[in-house]
Amino acid sequence: MTTSTSLMYLIALPLAGAAILLLAGRRSDKWGHLLATALSASSFGVGLYQLSQMLSRPTEERAVTQKLFSWINVGTFNIDAGLLLDQLSICFVLLITGVGTLIHIYSISYMSHDQNRRRFFAYLNLFIAAMLLLVLGDSYLNLYVGWEGVGLASYLLIGFWNQKPAYATASKKAFVMNRVGDMGLSFAIMIAFATLGSVSFSGVEEASHTASQAALTAIGIMLLVAAAGKSAQFPLQAWLGDAMAGPTPVSALIHAATMVTAGVYLIVRSNFIFDAAPTAQLLVVIVGAITLTFGALVGTAKDDIKKALAASTMSQIGYMILAAGLGPAGYAFAIMHLLTHGFFKAGMFLGAGSVMHGMNDQVDMRRYGALRKFMPITFATFGLGYLAIIGVPPFAGFYSKDAIIETAFNAGGIKGILLGSTALLGAAITAFYMTRVMILTFTSHERWEKDQHPHESPWLMWLPMAILAIGSVSTGYLFTRGHALVNWLSPVFGEHEEHEELFVQPIVVSALALTAVVIGVGIALAKYQFSEVDAEAPQNVSIFTRIARKDLLQDSFNESVFMRPGQALTRLLVSTDDKVIDGTVRLVGTTAIGTGSALRKTQTGFARSYAALILIGAVALIAGIWVVTQ
Amino acid sequence: MSAYNYLYVSGLLFTIGAVGVVVRRNAIVVFMCVELMLNAANLTLVTFSRINGTLDGQIVAFFTMVVAACEVVVGLAIIVTIYRSRRSASIDDASLLKR
Amino acid sequence: MLEIQTPEAIMFWVLAPVAVLAALGMLLVKKAVHSALLLAWVMITLAIFYIAQDALFLGIVQIVVYTGAVMMLFLFILMLVGVDASDSLTETISGLRPIAITAAVGFGGLFVSLIGRATIGHKPYGLEIANSNGNVQGLAKELFSTYVWPFEVVSALLITAALGAMVLAHHQRTVARPTQREQSIARFRTGSLAGAAGLPNPGVYARHNAVDVPALLPDGTPAPNSISATLKARGDMLESQSFELSEVDNTVTEEK
Repeated sequence: MTTSTSLMYLIALPLAGAAILLLAGRRSDKWGHLLATALSASSFGVGLYQLSQMLSRPTEERAVTQKLFSWINVGTFNIDAGLLLDQLSICFVLLITGVGTLIHIYSISYMSHDQNRRRFFAYLNLFIAAMLLLVLGDSYLNLYVGWEGVGLASYLLIGFWNQKPAYATASKKAFVMNRVGDMGLSFAIMIAFATLGSVSFSGVEEASHTASQAALTAIGIMLLVAAAGKSAQFPLQAWLGDAMAGPTPVSALIHAATMVTAGVYLIVRSNFIFDAAPTAQLLVVIVGAITLTFGALVGTAKDDIKKALAASTMSQIGYMILAAGLGPAGYAFAIMHLLTHGFFKAGMFLGAGSVMHGMNDQVDMRRYGALRKFMPITFATFGLGYLAIIGVPPFAGFYSKDAIIETAFNAGGIKGILLGSTALLGAAITAFYMTRVMILTFTSHERWEKDQHPHESPWLMWLPMAILAIGSVSTGYLFTRGHALVNWLSPVFGEHEEHEELFVQPIVVSALALTAVVIGVGIALAKYQFSEVDAEAPQNVSIFTRIARKDLLQDSFNESVFMRPGQALTRLLVSTDDKVIDGTVRLVGTTAIGTGSALRKTQTGFARSYAALILIGAVALIAGIWVVTQ
Repeated sequence: MSAYNYLYVSGLLFTIGAVGVVVRRNAIVVFMCVELMLNAANLTLVTFSRINGTLDGQIVAFFTMVVAACEVVVGLAIIVTIYRSRRSASIDDASLLKR
Repeated sequence: MLEIQTPEAIMFWVLAPVAVLAALGMLLVKKAVHSALLLAWVMITLAIFYIAQDALFLGIVQIVVYTGAVMMLFLFILMLVGVDASDSLTETISGLRPIAITAAVGFGGLFVSLIGRATIGHKPYGLEIANSNGNVQGLAKELFSTYVWPFEVVSALLITAALGAMVLAHHQRTVARPTQREQSIARFRTGSLAGAAGLPNPGVYARHNAVDVPALLPDGTPAPNSISATLKARGDMLESQSFELSEVDNTVTEEK
């Protein structure tokens, strides 16, 4: 395996940025954002350099490692803090640093009125560093460090405006729910170490060939729990909507393009485990299918533009998880959808931020309308992202989503038909709610207050949006041209074998998908474009709409199933602790005090009486000896 | 007469010392009684050294003497300190343990 | 094999009862000084016993260290501290004395009875072989070979004890020592002027100028504060009257 000494700079540069900005404090207010952006960009430069190096080597020597230091060295358990850059990691590295840098640039302008802008950039850099560590770690343990790091950065950034109690609560909610997933990852690592004797990717892969089915299934399920937590998948999806409390660039970077896709990365990276554990793999597919429907349904009912996009993110990641659960045929498509989604969803989030910027931070889409006249660039970039996400050819989403639907149909048997239909249904609903977002925001008629003055954002904001829009348009074609991405990633997943007999031909799938999209768009047009929309959300709606507005009752469910019994248990434990355990302890204390005050009366304080007691003791001792030796 | 007779003397002296520690109140006299007990023990050691025909008993008695000397030095210094602050050498007056 | 010769037996039977009696006397006499002297006698007796039992070195050390150094220290401290005359021998803690005496009688009885019953498993050897090169040489050989480590530790203990005694006996002044001028001013400012000129010296006008004879005041009565409080407490004060002449020759012979 090739080694390199420059991998660490990928992480070190943004990490140094975070350290400098946090340590320098207000002194760096003037130049902190520029430094952070420059460091993020230079990390992107290092990534490009690594890519060029990688391309210059033959396929089988493209993976690069770097050992940083010996981390844990206990007996036979040796973990090095090491980095691994292979064909899979480089995709993520370029996505993270590239989109990350664009969002840094966007944030310079977006956050310009915030007096804590420097702290914001420090957290962004911290996030970039942690996310890079996550995708570059060469073992599950190193990955775990990055995993927790991005969790921390996410927590800090969701609660960036923590002066509002609701936002602080949202950050806590995200942190706590992520913790459930983190437990899954730590359990997976423990099981891997206990049964496979290794926690490095290469070691686990090697050991997985001979490991028991049960152990691999357990590891797989625990990894799935971890992925569900980080990627907001069912049943740990509830935090993502509230995470929109963070500044919009954060939503774009962390909660759309990069961090939430860490779960997909984890599953794809652990392909050798899931390939050997069909039960876990089936669960992955089920989770993906449920979430993509779930997210799509929630998306139809949201009036908050960011929450609608968040629901869409959840749904799109559901697609990726679904693809990742389909085995070797799907891994590459999962990654492809992840990358294209990273472009178009980040672009749309930035667009949403741009709209909010022009509308005094109004987020209710029912208060928008006809904004295309005022924000032509935002409309154009958002529109390109919209076309990409609903899967209109030749935009990026068309290629990646169609590939997933096709793979799902070709999974074989009833399973294939079910999964494929779900994916198709999801595509239709996606088309419906995204069209709804477009109509409510940019077309239809004005519903905003008269004192609003919608305006286009400055060039620092629309330039990143434009670049991302270009990505939304072009990446799908670039990745699929001559199976570019599939071939690129094949050394990581093993050879991608084509299905012997295709259940459904690609052209049929495309036709079906387009039909679904047309139906979705059509309904949305009929419902919103060609009929009046109220500025207030109508209240006399069906029970289904109400449930969908309440995120399909996810919070009520969590509260009644986990929170309230948990609180009751806590109260019970507290009272048990107070009455039983503390009572016992206090009883010991009371007994000691009572005995002490009784014995105290024998203490005169005169040294001679103590000496007399010693003498009596000596007499007793010698009498004992006298009796024993008789 | 046998060498054991020295042991009886030693036992008597030790007992007398022990009674003295309990009944006398002057701290210095109490101290002297402690010294008497140590000396009684030394006599036992020397006698057994003779009975056993080895010098180990005498060595231990030697160490006892050294330790006793140290103890006297520190003990008397304590008595002086107490006397200085309380103007009394009676050990009954120093009953702070009670309070 | 140990043969106890007659001279040693005589020595023992003479000295042992005296030593026990002296030890008992220690408990019974009122004055701490007398206790100290009796204890010194017991220690000398023990030294003789040591020498009689072929422990020449220990015997000498006993005299030098105990009767010499330790007892000197006791007497010295007695001088410093134990000036308050004789101790009262009445017991202040009720019931302590009978308990102590009963316990002691029990202890002594059991102890003696145990010694009488004990067997050592062999006849006494005596120290002829062990002392063949001389007692001091034998002890030295043991001390600097087998017992060298305890020996060094004990030396550390001695140093520690010396330091400890210094620390304990050290008296830290909390206020500056008053100068002679300040003392003089204080004498005039406080109390009556009677003390301003200082206390009278002992023996003034008393026909005897020893420190334990009080001075006489102008009216012929003794001045008690002319005597050191220590002597007074100890009861060592003499009456000045005892030195008065019974007849004073008042006749004046004119010299021609």
